[in-house]
Amino acid sequence: MTPTLAIALTAIFTAISCAVLGAFLVLRKMTMVGDAISHAVLPGIAIAYLLSQSRSSLPMFLGAALVGVFATVVIEILSKKWKVQSDASIGMTFTTLFALGVVLITYWSDKVDLDQECVLYGEIAFVPFNTWTLAGQSMGPIALWSSGILLLLVLIYTFTGYKGLLMSSFNEDYAAVLGIGVGAWNLSLMSMVSVATVISFESVGAILVVALLVAPAASAYLISQKLKPMILLAALFGLSGSLLGYMISAQLDISIAGGIATMLGVQFALILTITQFSRTS
Amino acid sequence: MEKSIEVHNLTVSYHSKPVLWDVDFELPKGKIIGIVGPNGSGKTTMLKTVMGLMKPDSGYTEIFGQPLDKVRERVSYVPQRESVDWDFPADVMDVVLMGRYRKNNLFKRITKEDRRIATEALEKVNLLEFADRQISQLSGGQQQRVFIARSLAQQADIYLMDEPFVGVDAATEDAILKLLRDMKNEGKTVVIVHHDLQTANEYFDWIVLLNTRLVAAGPKEQVFTKELLQEAYGGRLTVLSKLGDLISDTEFPLREPDFKEDQPQG
Repeated sequence: MTPTLAIALTAIFTAISCAVLGAFLVLRKMTMVGDAISHAVLPGIAIAYLLSQSRSSLPMFLGAALVGVFATVVIEILSKKWKVQSDASIGMTFTTLFALGVVLITYWSDKVDLDQECVLYGEIAFVPFNTWTLAGQSMGPIALWSSGILLLLVLIYTFTGYKGLLMSSFNEDYAAVLGIGVGAWNLSLMSMVSVATVISFESVGAILVVALLVAPAASAYLISQKLKPMILLAALFGLSGSLLGYMISAQLDISIAGGIATMLGVQFALILTITQFSRTS
Repeated sequence: MEKSIEVHNLTVSYHSKPVLWDVDFELPKGKIIGIVGPNGSGKTTMLKTVMGLMKPDSGYTEIFGQPLDKVRERVSYVPQRESVDWDFPADVMDVVLMGRYRKNNLFKRITKEDRRIATEALEKVNLLEFADRQISQLSGGQQQRVFIARSLAQQADIYLMDEPFVGVDAATEDAILKLLRDMKNEGKTVVIVHHDLQTANEYFDWIVLLNTRLVAAGPKEQVFTKELLQEAYGGRLTVLSKLGDLISDTEFPLREPDFKEDQPQG
């Protein structure tokens, strides 16, 4: 497998996974919670990194994802139980956890080989060099495997949980009256977002993973009348945005993550313009 | 009297202010029942507590003599229309089919039988031709009927509706009323939160008059008296009824002197 293909596939797998989960975040008006999770996982990553001394181990993924779920629980408790304004709860939780992550990384700078640059912007260009071997045989880049497994997980989750996700996103009270555990659905979605964030983190970094969660889904929302097409469109926009972004950054020799996020933004602006025009004419 | 809902010594508060205070009543089966009271009198809170969406500080509620958890599938809830985002990417059929979702079929596919029942429910509210329409393209009255169709698709025995007559056109109002009577004839119980005194007397068989405390509960002939209404609505009603007395006493002219009957429009 060529390095270019490995990078492109990793970008596509992460983009589609995030886009599909992002569709539900947009519909629940919770995109900022996605933002919060993506920042809050940093201390989890730092601690897991210190303990396991490897970049892509399973314990690290799980540990970091757990911190993401912890962040959503804290946000819920702050806003629902202690009546802190909901946007302030989100802002407080993720900035504090993210700052803690930065503190840990700098404090352990001699032990943890994670530099802040890569935490913020990712290092998808290095994906081909970080490979793993099984029984003496090279299995290819780790990130490619993890993002592929992530995509599989997200698809299984969305497919089996479709009715629960639809119902709890549209009308939580009604679902609750039917005895459907809306809290559990919320938590499961947030856990999936956490896992997706941690896995995407390495490729695109803490800041730009939010673009993957929000932009394709928000673009799809503009032109969708039903949920299934919206999810498919979000996945498609994730795919096209990450491919175009990668091609442009390869041409111009710029940051790949930056190129992808910019293209996602451009895509959104284009679709928005088209829908606005077709509405007025 | 066979009982549908029992509410016992219920106190519920919101931000540590009591919204319902020691409310106690029992409702019969097979009637159209109105929960009536002024704004902020705790009507919606009452419904949400019965539906388990709010936790009481003290007291308890039962449906058909059992706690809600035992009878969930027999209870259907029609929330306020404004409580959801109608721009959600779903069509009318998607929403009505949600009435078929259950705890134990959540991971299964929607069956043909589910679709048949949902179609029948849409027919009952005269929205079958709108089945494929996106919900954002419906009028307020049509949205309300979609919610009612969803609850009909649940095939429950008791229906709790939160302000179903707010912001609906006359056609929808008639359609809902006809539906309510049909449901009653099938032996179903319907409980409706309603704020409009004018129509309450006409719509309901039985009325719960609420203003944080229970003012009265019973057949409408017993509850809809001037004294009880005044107690529930307080000063606001007094002013209105005084005005009404004044009009009837002096036969106050209801038309301005310079208004002519056959005035052309515009």
